[in-house]
Amino acid sequence: MKSTRRFFLQVSAGATGALILGGGIAQAQRPGRPGRPAGPAILPSAFIQIAPTGMVTLTAKNPEMGQGIKTALPMIIADELDLDWKMVTVVQADLNEAKYGSQSAGGSRSTPNNWDLLRRIGASGRLMLVTAAAQTWNVPAAELTTELGRVHHKASGRSVGYGELAAAAAALPPPDLNQVKLKDPKDYKLIGKSLPIVDLPAMVSGKPIYSIDFKLPGMLYAVYEKCPVFNGKAVSANLDEIKALPGIKTAFLVEGNGDISSLASGVAIVASKWWYANEARKKLKVEWNEGPNAAHSTAGYNAKAQELFAQKPGFSIRKDGDPEAALASAAKTVDAKYTFPFISHAQLEPGNCTAKFENGKLELWAPSQTPGRGLQMASQALGLPPADITVHQLRTGGGFGRRLANDYLVEAAWIAKQLPGTPVKLLWNREDDMRHDFYRPGGYQHMRGGVDAAGKLVAWHDHFVSFGEGDKFVSSSNIAPGEFPAQFVPNFGVEATLIPTGVPTGPLRAPRSNSLAWVIHSFIDELAHAAGKDPVQFRLDLLGEPRVVGKGMETYNAGRMRAVLESVAERSGWGKRTLPKGRGLGVGFHYSHSGYFAEVAEVSVDAQNRVKVHKVWAVGDVGSQIIHPSSAANQVEGAIIDGLSELMNQEITIAKGRTVQSNYHQHQAVRMRQAPPEIDVHFIKSDNPPTGLGEPPLPPLLPAVSNAIFAACGKRVRTLPLVKEGFRWA
Amino acid sequence: MAIRLNVNGKPVSVDVPANMPLLWVLRDELEQCGTKFGCGAGLCGACTVHQDGVPVRSCVTPVSAVAGKSVTTIEGLSPNATHPLQQAWLEFDVPQCGYCQAGQIMTAAALLEKNPKPTDAEIDAAMDGNLCRCGTYIRIRKAIHRAAELTRAAKTNREE
Ligand code: FES
Ligand code: FES
Repeated sequence: MKSTRRFFLQVSAGATGALILGGGIAQAQRPGRPGRPAGPAILPSAFIQIAPTGMVTLTAKNPEMGQGIKTALPMIIADELDLDWKMVTVVQADLNEAKYGSQSAGGSRSTPNNWDLLRRIGASGRLMLVTAAAQTWNVPAAELTTELGRVHHKASGRSVGYGELAAAAAALPPPDLNQVKLKDPKDYKLIGKSLPIVDLPAMVSGKPIYSIDFKLPGMLYAVYEKCPVFNGKAVSANLDEIKALPGIKTAFLVEGNGDISSLASGVAIVASKWWYANEARKKLKVEWNEGPNAAHSTAGYNAKAQELFAQKPGFSIRKDGDPEAALASAAKTVDAKYTFPFISHAQLEPGNCTAKFENGKLELWAPSQTPGRGLQMASQALGLPPADITVHQLRTGGGFGRRLANDYLVEAAWIAKQLPGTPVKLLWNREDDMRHDFYRPGGYQHMRGGVDAAGKLVAWHDHFVSFGEGDKFVSSSNIAPGEFPAQFVPNFGVEATLIPTGVPTGPLRAPRSNSLAWVIHSFIDELAHAAGKDPVQFRLDLLGEPRVVGKGMETYNAGRMRAVLESVAERSGWGKRTLPKGRGLGVGFHYSHSGYFAEVAEVSVDAQNRVKVHKVWAVGDVGSQIIHPSSAANQVEGAIIDGLSELMNQEITIAKGRTVQSNYHQHQAVRMRQAPPEIDVHFIKSDNPPTGLGEPPLPPLLPAVSNAIFAACGKRVRTLPLVKEGFRWA
Repeated sequence: MAIRLNVNGKPVSVDVPANMPLLWVLRDELEQCGTKFGCGAGLCGACTVHQDGVPVRSCVTPVSAVAGKSVTTIEGLSPNATHPLQQAWLEFDVPQCGYCQAGQIMTAAALLEKNPKPTDAEIDAAMDGNLCRCGTYIRIRKAIHRAAELTRAAKTNREE
């Protein structure tokens, strides 16, 4: 891929003569975004430190939440730099986007956003070390090679470690990052290898590496009770009684700023130890002003959706050809209504953040996926200049999109500001976490489709009843005009009607895709059966010739999708195996976050509707390189198991404006005995830049299993979670 | 009132209310943060420790219930993280976020203590109370089998 960005390299001699190499993106060449003020002209950074001993410290810039980025990004630098991974220590960067560039983790963007930059950083470092060696030995640089942290001169049999060259290299002028020669991918030594994962030994021995584990001397602990009804206000509370309880240091009301993604109103209780603060909540009596959201409920939303289905849709999202006429003249039509619920992120480490406010300055130790946005929000909520706020990034026990929001961070900052000089750790309990999430929004889709006499899909209409006001969707509840099978069906319409909601919504792993793929590929399956076609063949016919369809945001590479679909069919023995009665195969595919994935599930269903997933095959195309194959496979396995939890059990319901579910017994995740004993993961390496893997393997799983259930027992699932349709795990 | 117990081989005494859960005694009084808080209600297994060799959920175990008893946490499972389970966990890159893994390993350690050669079904049954939100179950199961193998091999070597 041709680099469209210019890079800048900064070199300076660090303490003890270490070589410090850094890179940034020249602001002038950064693709401009309207409404964003230009930053500093250049963004120097520090990614590489080579000590005289030869030990190398690489900086991991992005938040780590289990996606393995703390290993993968430094590996990219290390490969171009020809390092010995055994000599590498990885450190987590603090938040400094002027120095490191964007430091968010979300949307499977960490790899694609950094692939080019970090290779150039590594290659520049290598070039400087080689140049230093050439000057020392007085030989042409072209005669030198590098391997495992050393420069070699074959002709004279000499070699020298990077550590010994560090001081000389640091004195050289920096090469132009745009010009620096990158390795031929066939020469990669680390990329594509499952190297020891950073932090793994610390994890298995219980080292305090997570945000929740972080402690400061003299630290106090806080809990924060929010109104059970979203956006409700704390009017008064029995604070004196609370303050008299064991271990309690103080308690106070927080008015909040009207924005629950920043600072909801509530009651803070601060104690010497967390358990005292949490215990005190049993005695806490708060008078709330619940506000207008108290009237909201899932039952109300469901009734409203049925009412809206009977009416003309609110607005159009896309219209190609004439869907109504094509439906009227189709040889066969299918009409089906699909429903999916709100769900919670339920990452295992509950929301928390440590904050200290002293001499007008705020310091935060945070598990955020968007620490930069967190800093801005704290600045606004507390009225502090951004320059007076420091954010340290801590490893976190799962993200899944929950930590794209920064409510825990702002709450901690606010509480700490009331106690100047004293560090405070805010920790939510599980109930807080589940009842005050930014949920994956539910939705309703009335699908109508038609095939012609040859079994070709000719008409598609989707009336999507989702959430929002007028034609403005709430977060993560929309459908894109280019969503598949748009551009593949001649008469295609999507229209929507929105229901206003007071329930906070937000991105959950593979946002929108995690529900849309289920509806779309379940419905395509219904159409395949109506057409009397094999579900894989029907989809191949729908995709058509390998080609790129659409432009910009709507670009869809039918060839890449065909390839993963054909591969997964082949690997799963689709159409080649006779399965016993009660057992079936189902297929689904989806394109999201730049990744193409197709999956097949083998499922059996018994007479009591007990479901067993025997095996899942997943084939993905996320570009030319799989940086860390073991981590990559782990992400796919995890996404598949995550998808099974969403499919079978997970649902958040609202009654009287509050979340009904409070803990894992009511919002269940798959356990080991329910997980498929085998998951076959395969990657097709295509000639495209590497893209992320946290999200795209999840969406196809839901329709694959739903369609397999149909193949196994003839029951078509149109409502999630499956427990509502009478299914359960075997 | 001071409560005495033994944690990872060391006698300790804590002055806390009798109903304070062992989890919070470990994390906030004894500064042993390897044991994790996930649900606080015995539903996820992140807080699993051994009480006299038996796995218990420390979030729902009042400290008074372990007075005079021996508690082992992930920090005390082995010197230098060399327990066969810890080795197998590294061999198969089991963790993703890793937050559940101390609990997983402690439950698995108690299983292997009782049953040196568990079947898949026995592993599934023993591990049922341990949630992995990241979905690393297939690797956990594989790693338990591997650890069982490593333990048997070590034993044979010792006996030879
Ligand atoms: S924290 Fe104890 S079982 Fe979840
Ligand atoms: S590895 Fe994240 S919860 Fe298990």
